[in-house]
Amino acid sequence: MSETKKRRRDAEGVDMSEYAIYLENVSKTFSDGVPALSDINLKVKHGEFVFIVGVSGAGKSTLIKLLLRELKADSGIVNVNGYNLMTIKHNRIPKFRRTLGVVFQDFRLLKDRNVYENVAFAQRIAQKSEREIRRNVPAMLSLVGLAGKYKARPKQLAGGEQQRVALARALVNQPKLLLADEPTGNLDLYNTEEIMRLLETINENGTTVVVVTHNDKLVNEMKKRVVTIKQGMIVSDAQEGGYFDED
Amino acid sequence: MKIRTFLYTVEQGVIGIFKNKWFTVATVATISACLFVFGIFFAIAFNVENIVHSAEENVSVTIFFDEGISDERIAEIGDMLGRREEVYKYDFVSADDAWAEFSQQLGEYAEGFTENPLANSANYQIYLKDVKMQNQLVNYLEGVEGVRKVNKSDFTAETLSGVNMVLIYVFVGIIVILFAVSIFLISNTVTMGISVRKEEITIMKYIGATDFFVRAPFVFEGIILGIIGSIIPMGLLYYLYILATDLIKSKFAFLSFLTFLPPMNIFAYLFPFSVLIGVGIGFIGSFFTVHKHLRV
Repeated sequence: MSETKKRRRDAEGVDMSEYAIYLENVSKTFSDGVPALSDINLKVKHGEFVFIVGVSGAGKSTLIKLLLRELKADSGIVNVNGYNLMTIKHNRIPKFRRTLGVVFQDFRLLKDRNVYENVAFAQRIAQKSEREIRRNVPAMLSLVGLAGKYKARPKQLAGGEQQRVALARALVNQPKLLLADEPTGNLDLYNTEEIMRLLETINENGTTVVVVTHNDKLVNEMKKRVVTIKQGMIVSDAQEGGYFDED
Repeated sequence: MKIRTFLYTVEQGVIGIFKNKWFTVATVATISACLFVFGIFFAIAFNVENIVHSAEENVSVTIFFDEGISDERIAEIGDMLGRREEVYKYDFVSADDAWAEFSQQLGEYAEGFTENPLANSANYQIYLKDVKMQNQLVNYLEGVEGVRKVNKSDFTAETLSGVNMVLIYVFVGIIVILFAVSIFLISNTVTMGISVRKEEITIMKYIGATDFFVRAPFVFEGIILGIIGSIIPMGLLYYLYILATDLIKSKFAFLSFLTFLPPMNIFAYLFPFSVLIGVGIGFIGSFFTVHKHLRV
């Protein structure tokens, strides 16, 4: 049975092929009894650009972990890129993750490999041929403006450049969905704007982009959909919204 | 899995060996130390086993015949012995042979005898394949027509049999202990090595690497280190064995009764066995240690 069919049955008739992310009544409590997410409902259609905002400890990271299937929800429906993450088997998770691109605040590059190898690594994991790798990696490095630095090691690059390498790695396998967890958290204003411009370009090319951040200035300037999480619950979901902060 | 993916993981395993030099040195040293100790015990056990086996081959059962037995019947008994599974070889000792040998021991006292006093002492000296079979053979021989008396040495047979069993138990015990210690040490060494590379594993998993893709380079690395870690102590032991046996033979004359096996007789078994253990330690140590970090 295909993943799509499984999804439809799970969602009781909802056609999930429209959605990159489909969360319905999702809850997660940690083993110490502390609730991390409570009754979350979030639907992100393919091609959307969404900010998920909230203060530290609001549940943003837990949400990202659920979307990556690093954690499994206690209840509800969690569907990402057509994969039912509540029932997915362990050996299917790698294939699911290859439909995603992930970017972290701390870049998470392989320090002992150069820029080219860091990006090529994602292609090797996807079992691409050397010919494809030689074609795709330079193209992706050009897109993020690092074609001239393909031999550099991560520590030889500035923070903004490292994040661009991480972006190139996340995008080289042409994911349907890009998850960015505080992608500009370690960057200055100039590099923040550069990365956000890149994310917009990527989104315009058809990739769904979900950015987790607590940078209110950035969110307010971008005029995108904004989902606000507070104490494990979604308290606001506004199209072309701004940073929602009751405090 | 595609061949290029397999080759890539092998390549990464080899790269890992050179990339993490201290980890490589620590792992090889740990495996080498364990297999060096194992090799010493193995060489000693093999030599003791050889000495015991030589002694066993000299344990014999002697059968004497009824008075007036015909030569044909003695020959028939000989044929029967040749067909017994317990019998390694047997020698016929005639009454004249027995007296000739005994008279040599008596010296001038033997000259007083005009007739062979051992006229009824013709016998078969039977050597066993395994001393544990002595009782089984003796029981059979006691029922054979024409056999008057069966001489055996229970003490020698039981002692040698016991020594053999003790040797086996000690040897198996040492192997088990060394293997467990090695796995523990390797696991610790790999854990230290992996803590440095834990982030790398997490990144791999986030990007969509399968468990195999993540684990294979570590396992190949472990196997290669296991092979290196087993070859080094074997080379060293081979050299030391020749040195030690030569030294004992030349400097300790009172130990001349000890016969040492030629090194090739031992290392023909020890070398492949050690490599196998080295590979096993490398494989198990890395496989299970990486396994703990795969749940990302």
